[in-house]
Amino acid sequence: MPSPFILDRSSVTQIMAWVLAALLPGIAAYVWLFGPGILVTLSLATVTALLAEAAMLKARGYPAKPFLTDLSAIVTAWLLALSLPSLAPWWLIITGTLFAIVVAKHLYGGLGQNIFNPAMVGYAVLIVSFPVQMTQWAGPLELTTLEPGAVHLTLAQSAAVIFGGDLPKATLDAITMATPLDVLRTGLYQQLTVDEVMTQPIFGHYGGVGFEWLAAAFLLGGLLLWALRIISWQVPLAFLAGIWLTAGFLHFFDAGRYGAPWFHLISPSVMLCAFFIATDPVSGATTPRGKLVFGLGAGFLTIVIRTWGGFPDGVAFAILLMNLCVPLIDQYTQPRIYGGARKEPRA
Amino acid sequence: MSRELFKFKGGVHPPGHKEESTGRPIHAAPLPKKLVIPLHQHIGQTAKPIVDVGDRVLKGQMIAAASGTVSAAVHASSSGIVRAIDMQPVPHISGLPDLCITIETDGRDEWIAHAPLDYQAMTPAELRVQLRDLGLVGLGGAVFPSATKLDPGAAYPCPTLIINGGECEPWITCDDVLMRTHADEILQGVAVMRHLLGSTETLVGIEDNKPEAIAAMQAAAAKMDFAVEVVSVPTIYPGGGAKQLAEVLTGKQVPSGKRSTDVGLQVFNVGTAYALARAVHHGEPLISRLVTVTGHVVRPQNIEVLIGTPFDTLIQLAGDLEHSTGVLMGGPMMGMPVPNLDVPVVKATNCILVKSAELFPPLPRALPCIRCTRCADACPAALQPQELFRFAKAGDFGRAQEYHLFDCIECGCCSYVCPSHIPLVDFYRYAKSEIWAHEKDKQASDLARERHEFRLFRQEREKAEKAEKLAAKAQAKRAELAAAPADKAEPGSATPSEADAKKALIAAALARAQAKKAEAAPKNTDNLSPDTQLEIAEIEARRAKIREQARQPLESKEKT
Repeated sequence: MPSPFILDRSSVTQIMAWVLAALLPGIAAYVWLFGPGILVTLSLATVTALLAEAAMLKARGYPAKPFLTDLSAIVTAWLLALSLPSLAPWWLIITGTLFAIVVAKHLYGGLGQNIFNPAMVGYAVLIVSFPVQMTQWAGPLELTTLEPGAVHLTLAQSAAVIFGGDLPKATLDAITMATPLDVLRTGLYQQLTVDEVMTQPIFGHYGGVGFEWLAAAFLLGGLLLWALRIISWQVPLAFLAGIWLTAGFLHFFDAGRYGAPWFHLISPSVMLCAFFIATDPVSGATTPRGKLVFGLGAGFLTIVIRTWGGFPDGVAFAILLMNLCVPLIDQYTQPRIYGGARKEPRA
Repeated sequence: MSRELFKFKGGVHPPGHKEESTGRPIHAAPLPKKLVIPLHQHIGQTAKPIVDVGDRVLKGQMIAAASGTVSAAVHASSSGIVRAIDMQPVPHISGLPDLCITIETDGRDEWIAHAPLDYQAMTPAELRVQLRDLGLVGLGGAVFPSATKLDPGAAYPCPTLIINGGECEPWITCDDVLMRTHADEILQGVAVMRHLLGSTETLVGIEDNKPEAIAAMQAAAAKMDFAVEVVSVPTIYPGGGAKQLAEVLTGKQVPSGKRSTDVGLQVFNVGTAYALARAVHHGEPLISRLVTVTGHVVRPQNIEVLIGTPFDTLIQLAGDLEHSTGVLMGGPMMGMPVPNLDVPVVKATNCILVKSAELFPPLPRALPCIRCTRCADACPAALQPQELFRFAKAGDFGRAQEYHLFDCIECGCCSYVCPSHIPLVDFYRYAKSEIWAHEKDKQASDLARERHEFRLFRQEREKAEKAEKLAAKAQAKRAELAAAPADKAEPGSATPSEADAKKALIAAALARAQAKKAEAAPKNTDNLSPDTQLEIAEIEARRAKIREQARQPLESKEKT
């Protein structure tokens, strides 16, 4: 065995464990603000992911233990679960998770080989295939309790909704709500101005009621990952800057038709993406400048899709499109090596 | 002293493990019964043996001379009899044996006559030849011949001389201890270096985990008649790398593919400066060095060791323990495992590190790369190790070279931080050796092709020349024959005379061939001494045998 003969104590498991830990503030806020349904979704996705991972490892002839304990499948499961509507039916969760683990991860070669972010592939498949079911968002408790016939779903009741959907239609309608992005989109279709739409009760100080606090909780976890140097600063900063600059540019020219940059920025999906999804090392750019390009591009595309695209949120497609560009970005952003020329001639 | 310091990119902070071996005074190793002295202890060409088996040699006597411009002489470390000049196991990364001179020591440790060099009276070229013949090489690890490094050529004068007391590798403390105990001599060596390089600025860089060494060097510097700045630099691996230390002290990078003198710097290890002082002020060749013996031993310490002493002797001296899991030469980041404990200490041996499962737990199983780029963050050469790994693994060596594979200094930082525990440096070594092998093959096949083409050309030319000559001769003969019988032959009988001419030509050619055959014994083998003839016979026999062997498989194939 040649040198070096010592290692620091890091491991893939440790990195993934910190990512999961950094998601906990967001999950806690989710439960607090939107009810315990997300816990059912998370559990179901986790179990599905682990079973799918184990089955695929066996099928591909890889040892199960080192790869199951690397926790990467659980990270994928959690990121997908947090992207799904919290009262989405069970089969939707399972389908998305299976697609993420089996197709997006293992059919591309498993850990470290997937060119697309598995969780975002799962999300994209679901939103394209089942757009109606993908709108079953539990509304923020702060608002739903005001509705007639609304109930606080317990964990068991949430599970019942997810697995059987045996809640009266009126109750379900009362506890689910369109997300702020949906409301904005619908309002703009109805020829309302942004300011008029923003008077609706779903909107809070900056983002949506409840949603803005969830975004803050994801931000908190993200900052923890940055403080631990598990993620670099380039991707989150560039992604947020891409969102802010693009939204700000549009808003500056026509404040009536385009949402404010703060509104776009302070949304859970943007914060989750900035710190947990765009920072996925496997499917992201690797060079320092490449990370900036990747983040900026993803932020720009997110706003473009949100504004002109057919889906309520553009984060997933923006990430997948940027995943495609990674080899190109990396090739053209190679840093100057020690003792290298100031300008790298690159083929 | 406050000097503006710079940072180099990357680096890691492995546990130092320096205290283990700095607590005990320097011991001199006992004189071993047998010294095995490799002839290739430096970068460059192997030294040529100048003694024979059975010769008595004295301590400090040159036993192998430098050969070529980049080389250094090798000396007997003690007096005794030369017992063998053959291949022996040596501490080398390849694990292959190398040519060594084995001396059976006589216990008298009798010095050859030697005297200080009046270096100021000598021309630089003369002094450099002396240093080469005293076997001086860099003792920091790379063992580059010092005489070559002390020749800045067109870059003279080299304004900045940097003395490297960084010693960033964990466990190793020989430079630290040398600076604590021999600061004055180190600076005497530095004075000679300044003289040869024409340097005006002298910096000594020492990592701040060695306060005693810094204090000792500062005290010694105050006594010198030239300015020496002893600078405390941050402790970070590989801060003791020559290029890294130079960047920390001056902010300058050595351009890729150039020499440090091109940017006005030269860097020498403190041990080299000490050896230079011994050479100049005492006339002593490089026959011993300080070696840290540490790790899984009873008494980790620094030992003054004669070159050629077996590792085993030193481990015994430091007190060997059970359950060792191997021995390294060098530190844990860049050191190499030794094949067995009979290998000798060489000029490059700064540390003998005995491993145990506790100190060096077996490395965990490698997982796939997740492109986290921690390796890129840690790389002091600012490379993209994750890409190099990908190319090396895929066998895409061309791309690996495009991504600056050969700027990798194999410091091991990338492997150290890799969360997937991939032995990255291994992949780079593999890619480099594949590229070298390919280059060699290419050179060999180019040469073979050139030879083949020349042979075809020569055959063609000879054929043409022969044909020309023959034609000319035939013409002459025909003319001659035609002239001679013309008198006798009757006019009109041209046909028979033509046939006669042809016959005559053939007869003449046969006679010539016969004559040639008679004198066919090759001229250059005449008048040879019996020894040489014997040798030729042997070679011929060998060649015949090889030809036979080469033909056999072909023939058997044809038969089946």
